[in-house]
Amino acid sequence: MRHITTKEITRTIKQMCIEANHTLSPDMKSVFETAVKEEASPLGKKILNQLEENLRIAEEDMIPICQDTGMAVVFMKVGQDVHIEGGGLTDAVNQGVREGYTEGFLRKSVVSDPIERVNTKDNTPAVIHYEIVDGDQLEITVAPKGFGSENMSRIFMLKPADGIEGVKDAILTAVKDAGPNACPPMVVGVGIGGTFEKCAFMAKHALTRNLKETSPIPYVRDLEKEMLHKINGLGIGPGGLGGTVTALAVNIETYPTHIAGLPVAVNICCHVNRHVHRVI
Amino acid sequence: MERYIEAPVSREEIKKLKAGDYVYITGTIYTARDAAHKRMQETLDRGEELPFSLQGNMIYYMGPSPAREGRPIGSAGPTTASRMDKYTPALLDLGLGAMIGKGKRSKAVIDAIVRNGSVYFAAVGGAGAILSKCIHSSEIIAYEDLGTEAVRRLEVKDLPVVVVIDSNGSNLYETAVLEYSRQ
Repeated sequence: MRHITTKEITRTIKQMCIEANHTLSPDMKSVFETAVKEEASPLGKKILNQLEENLRIAEEDMIPICQDTGMAVVFMKVGQDVHIEGGGLTDAVNQGVREGYTEGFLRKSVVSDPIERVNTKDNTPAVIHYEIVDGDQLEITVAPKGFGSENMSRIFMLKPADGIEGVKDAILTAVKDAGPNACPPMVVGVGIGGTFEKCAFMAKHALTRNLKETSPIPYVRDLEKEMLHKINGLGIGPGGLGGTVTALAVNIETYPTHIAGLPVAVNICCHVNRHVHRVI
Repeated sequence: MERYIEAPVSREEIKKLKAGDYVYITGTIYTARDAAHKRMQETLDRGEELPFSLQGNMIYYMGPSPAREGRPIGSAGPTTASRMDKYTPALLDLGLGAMIGKGKRSKAVIDAIVRNGSVYFAAVGGAGAILSKCIHSSEIIAYEDLGTEAVRRLEVKDLPVVVVIDSNGSNLYETAVLEYSRQ
């Protein structure tokens, strides 16, 4: 049994919220560099250059990369040999988000109720996904999610007969409909299989995968590659103003599913694909 | 083509702008997004005055992050314009000159742009840090309780935008995509 204090968790989450909103991970920066080289449209190239410059300014001057500093999505893998001390774990995470967004000059974009819409003024609550795993560590990923792209995400409850061609059509449909609204170049997270909510979860989680990595499953790896090529053939381009770089990556996760179903979720993220990872 | 224009802007000046032009805006513009549009519509429904004159003015669909000490504003990029579509034709008919946002517009908005000789610009989404450098002052003039969604008067210098829908209704989102599509 290992003891971890809520104080340490709060402090860590706070730092992660601030870091995620000012600095992209090295894999994101690296795909940007490739994108600038590959883009065929002069206007598209100009926009990509602006976005690279934007990243530099954000980091140097501590200005959030995007004004939509997102709703804080937190993936937490809790080792079953960990004992949390000093209060509730969920409260500790929300306190970290509260402190990070307030002290880090981040935008408060959360309303307390979807219909009554009163701003909570501290960006809480976070959306927290817990998973109990082996071991005595806490593995935390903080992924602030902007809603320009979130609004363009989709779930398709396909049928087994639709097969892999149906999955490809679903992904292309979602990206095409998203077009300029989702701030391309995008990162496309896809979940295939499971149930209605499981495939949505996988699509979100897929966005946090290192963009340099590919799926361990051979056919999924091929599908990721093929879909990236197809999406970049849509012509949407940077800012949706035409071009050959519409997506920076397609990350796909799969899970066993029911004999009657083929759920597909497409979670679209803009080029500000923020995710910070820490282990306590 | 590259152009430099001033805000507020005249109808004659708007007419010269063509879809695809790269434009730098200098002058006074106003921010308003979802909640502010809802309030403006309610204000109009009650027959009251809006918090600023629409004549030739530009609305920037933007809700900034908080400013650090000594700076006029935080990160300040455009938000998705289509969420304002429901309210926009009425504002255009009352004289709104231009809108700055990102993403597609409805047919009703495009019709109102053509009917009134207005223009829709896109700023680069997700470039809030770099765009904030073009904003030299920011003052809340209405709906302060809405926080980031309050209406702000901004003084901008060379704010870079692209003409997406011009006063003739030409739409860069449609034409440019065709040019690079491999389908």
